[in-house]
Amino acid sequence: MTFPVIKGAGYALVHTPDMIIHNGTTQTTERIINPESEYLKKINNHLRSYEEVVKYIPNQVYIGNMKPSDLEGYEMPWFDKVGKTDERFGKFGEIMPQDEFTGLMKMSDVFDLVLLEKDYNDAVKAKLMVHPLFKEEAASMKDGVEIEEIEKAVADHAEGLYNNGTLIGCVKRAHDVDSNLTAHILFENLVVKASGVLAFNNLIEKNNINVEDIDYVIECSEEACGDMNQRGGGNFAKAIAESCNAVNATGSDTRGFCAAPIHALVQASALVQAGVYKNVVIAAGGASAKLGMNGKDHVKKEMPILEDVLGGFAILISENDGVNPQIRTDLVGRHTVGTGSSPQAVITALITDPLDKAGLKITDIDKYSVEMQNPDITKPAGAGNVPESNYKMIGALGVKRKDIERKELLNFVKKHGMNGWAPTQGHIPSGVPYLGFAMEDLTAGDFNKAMIVGKGSLFLGRMTNLFDGVSVILERNSGKTEEENTVSKEVVKNMIAEAMRGFASQMLGEE
Amino acid sequence: MDLENQKRVKDFADKYGAENLVVIVGASEGEAAGLAAETVTAGDPTFAGPLTGVQLGLKAYHVVEPEFKAAVNEEVYEEQIGMMEMVLDTDDIISEMVSIRNEFCKF
Amino acid sequence: MSLFNDKKVIVIGDRDGIPGPAIEECLKGTGCEVVFSSTECFV
Repeated sequence: MTFPVIKGAGYALVHTPDMIIHNGTTQTTERIINPESEYLKKINNHLRSYEEVVKYIPNQVYIGNMKPSDLEGYEMPWFDKVGKTDERFGKFGEIMPQDEFTGLMKMSDVFDLVLLEKDYNDAVKAKLMVHPLFKEEAASMKDGVEIEEIEKAVADHAEGLYNNGTLIGCVKRAHDVDSNLTAHILFENLVVKASGVLAFNNLIEKNNINVEDIDYVIECSEEACGDMNQRGGGNFAKAIAESCNAVNATGSDTRGFCAAPIHALVQASALVQAGVYKNVVIAAGGASAKLGMNGKDHVKKEMPILEDVLGGFAILISENDGVNPQIRTDLVGRHTVGTGSSPQAVITALITDPLDKAGLKITDIDKYSVEMQNPDITKPAGAGNVPESNYKMIGALGVKRKDIERKELLNFVKKHGMNGWAPTQGHIPSGVPYLGFAMEDLTAGDFNKAMIVGKGSLFLGRMTNLFDGVSVILERNSGKTEEENTVSKEVVKNMIAEAMRGFASQMLGEE
Repeated sequence: MDLENQKRVKDFADKYGAENLVVIVGASEGEAAGLAAETVTAGDPTFAGPLTGVQLGLKAYHVVEPEFKAAVNEEVYEEQIGMMEMVLDTDDIISEMVSIRNEFCKF
Repeated sequence: MSLFNDKKVIVIGDRDGIPGPAIEECLKGTGCEVVFSSTECFV
């Protein structure tokens, strides 16, 4: 079999402090239930600056300036530590400030729903005109409007856009009656589109890809775009492809809660391997709703609110090039309807079933990339260390199967696991943050196999109580292409002739 | 605890009587377990949900506690939960649960 | 048995701990009635 490969990765973060307050559901819910709460009064004192966010070590890892293994050298908490890099732009992407992102939202809007105040608009336009990825597009950005127009729109159903605590723009609703075209929904959709565009453009730029070679895009965030007659019609993928000038691409959206990126990865791999398409991008932007999700606990513990960035990623899957890590489409793990919900059953389905199929032990995978949520965020919130928990579960199953001994469990976690670094943006941490690093680890580096695992909490949507998950193994490219592995017709003819000669002489011998 | 879940707990306490209810939690950490237990006994300490200021005093147990283990089929427990005993900090969870029950449980 | 006999049980599972359905499996045959089961997700 000729497997497809991971050909490129792009990652982006966007610092959005004002969106925490106005769009994060923990905060919007608090304003409804408990408008006088101490928490709401304190939030502004716990917001990080853009510079702090750029320097934050897990964010530097996310964009590829530092490696996941570098995190081992820093004691937690990480938010008050200084890392070895602090650049806005990184090997895989960038960390964009909020003001530029509001400009990107406006550029991503093709229905004149985004209004920006005119002076603010000019300032943002000027900044984007020197951004390596957006300078041409920014030059044709329309002028802004008077602040009174924005205030009027916000008073009348528009969702405000804020910067440094000041109203600087808004996202209008697209329809007076349609409940799926409200300003709130369009805001969230433009956020996920624009951050997806940012990641996609970084993928193209950082990997020297010819965007016209992309023939398909699969978007795998957790938002829905449509109208009242088709609430989740889609197609963010095509919208992002259009914004990024992928003129030869079409696309579609894949939904699966947090497991979606890995579903998308498997689907993209199958399309390429089957020869349907040559270059498929899987991409997703971030969720404004999740900003500040654990903010109450962070503030209570006198920490800054660490969920202050949107995440985005874009990965290119292409035909085997003899170099890049191949995607073993024959070694896919999946949580099925019949798997059950016990942790043991889940880990068996996702991890050990594909390993057993390949005759591999749990220790044969050099690194597992599971849900890579940053523990700096989750531990103070009582949500534990999610990657570590996952590694312990894999190790625990290994102990039960006697692949490893009980006393080796913690060592297994250290050797085959990684510290988490991705923001708690749902689908964003799910397996995919490691893919950029996997490209290096499985080529120039020492690793041979990695397993990428995604899990989804489907029950949150109230359609099923089931869990979900998918996994796939990546391995170092063997360097051989199918032609070299194929036996030629000539050789086959000779083998048949030889066999027939042998048979004939045997018959003569018997007579 | 999720606001909708708090509402359900409150509704069932009203319907069946708090003395007839038992809450079983499966939290992954002591802190989260304690928070859930406190919510259904002393009231939501985060003041976010319907159980804010409502002291149901319900009996609450975590699945790794000996009382739960003793009450269920051993094989089924091993199959469904056993592996997690190697993963969770069971001592931490148990001590949180015991402490909350001792202080706030009415039954 | 005494913990659950004739009791109504509410299950609050955790995606990263033990999910609701797994707890429900354990409760079968214990003499209680599970009136509500959910799984929480904090990430």
